[in-house]
Amino acid sequence: MTQVILGGLDGNRTWRLADYVARGGYEALRKALSGMTPEQVIEEVKKSSLRGRGGAGFPTGLKWTFMPRNYSGDKYVVCNSDEGEPGTFKDRDILRYNPHALIEGMILAGYAMGATRGYNYIHGEIWSVYERCEEAVQEARDAGFLGQNILGSEFSFDLFNHHGYGAYICGEETALLESLEGKKGQPRYKPPFPATYGLYGKPTTINNTETFASVPWIIRHGGQAFLELGKPNNGGTKIFSVSGHVSRPGNYEVPLGTPFAKLLEMAGGVRGGRKIKAVIPGGSSMPVLPGDVMMQLDMDYDSISKAGSMLGSGAVIVMDETTCMVRALERLSWFYHEESCGQCTPCREGTGWLYRVIHRMEHGQGRAEDLDLLLSLSDNIQGRTICALGDAAAMPVRSFVNHFRAEFEHHVTHKRCLVEGSARQEKVA
Amino acid sequence: MLSEQAKRKMDAELAKYPADRRQSAVMSALRIAQDEHDWLSREVMDAVAAYLGMPAIAVYEVATFYEMYNLKPMGRHKMTVCTNLPCALSGATEFCETLKKRLGIDFNEVTADGEFGLKEGQCFGACGDAPVLLVNNHQMHSFMDEEKLEALLKELKS
Repeated sequence: MTQVILGGLDGNRTWRLADYVARGGYEALRKALSGMTPEQVIEEVKKSSLRGRGGAGFPTGLKWTFMPRNYSGDKYVVCNSDEGEPGTFKDRDILRYNPHALIEGMILAGYAMGATRGYNYIHGEIWSVYERCEEAVQEARDAGFLGQNILGSEFSFDLFNHHGYGAYICGEETALLESLEGKKGQPRYKPPFPATYGLYGKPTTINNTETFASVPWIIRHGGQAFLELGKPNNGGTKIFSVSGHVSRPGNYEVPLGTPFAKLLEMAGGVRGGRKIKAVIPGGSSMPVLPGDVMMQLDMDYDSISKAGSMLGSGAVIVMDETTCMVRALERLSWFYHEESCGQCTPCREGTGWLYRVIHRMEHGQGRAEDLDLLLSLSDNIQGRTICALGDAAAMPVRSFVNHFRAEFEHHVTHKRCLVEGSARQEKVA
Repeated sequence: MLSEQAKRKMDAELAKYPADRRQSAVMSALRIAQDEHDWLSREVMDAVAAYLGMPAIAVYEVATFYEMYNLKPMGRHKMTVCTNLPCALSGATEFCETLKKRLGIDFNEVTADGEFGLKEGQCFGACGDAPVLLVNNHQMHSFMDEEKLEALLKELKS
């Protein structure tokens, strides 16, 4: 089975430039610089049907065409390695085990869009990964893959790592740009989109780590070959981070369209042989689905979306029959409340309100009207904020309540949990 | 307030950005300053502002926005454990109880001897390794349990 990014790796032993080159690394860059125009590079990426791996699933090739071609000043490519969507831990493995795939992908993107500089914004909590990326970039620079007149061509490009320091919101692309500029990470209004007004007000394209890291393979083997790894409109392989109640949590790179049942089996199945109850298929911001629904689904953008959720970042959070859904939602809601940047009232106030209502339900003090209140709150947050964090806070609430309503009602009516026998009796905050 | 060594490290960060964009290095500069002083007092933040040529208020804004900066002393070893949903499903909640009992403190507290501080983390992006413990923001310990904790505490105290 072909693996575009994680194939042929041996953990911490094969990340260096020499190992990458031995795997065929930087051949794509040679190929592009010696015989392809920037337009042809974009054309291959379009053909591959590569879609944004950070969560939104936007077609990458199309995004690259939004950059102005004839622009005399600086243009930037930025990598969003600020991986902090609960359940997602794939970019960390790409960065520590195959950093040059990202670096080569960013150089190719720079060439395709005429950018001269790139920044790789790395999640705060993974310090050793940041240090490794610093080493890898230096290796690439020393070897002449970064800098002036790369491989003797007319093309010059340099790349720098930027270390975050703990803010989920900086995974939102315009908040990330603000953060790169040394400010609070508060999202900007769109439009203007980053391709028009990005980093330092210059045209900028932001892609996820896994997206960039897929590009060298596409250029080497062709867009068509990548597309054929997956299925139409869902090209390529995808790294799924499987966490929660499974025997072998970890990253699994499989073709898009792989049945969920097979992925679960690769992750060792449900821990302790218990029954599957629910799965969040794409990171904590995506709607939860009942386990029996998931068992019938394939893991690709269109299948998951048809079932009422989203593939998102490919973070698969598995919950078994012992999970209290109220308690699970309580923790997620606290997360969104903590991470709201505070800029928009519906999100700043609404996420706290959601959390407080779920908290009291979980602690045996829910009221009869609370379920309707949760849904109404969600309605009044979703679609009413500058960025998608508000939606991300509202979507889990709506889906948890819709699919597991009886459990929430039980908490309210009986002041205790349907699953664990009794609600926690701590003081309500 | 800032050592020569810290300033050299900040210079290396400044070199990554256009010359007229010194503010872009503020996050790294605060991290470097915090590594040196353990926490960001007003004086330390003012020194960072002066070094980067930024208004002090703009530095405070950044320091108070991002979670990994210590705005008060957090002990010689700040321990942060992620308790978010994927980690909670894999033993983080129970591990935190063990940790609290062992240190005799709750989240956001520091032991009386000033050795250990405890914080609850959001998402480290390492959910497959749960429970995950971060020491002083930079040292990640995966698959934590009671036995590993004892070994770690012993190592940190020495």
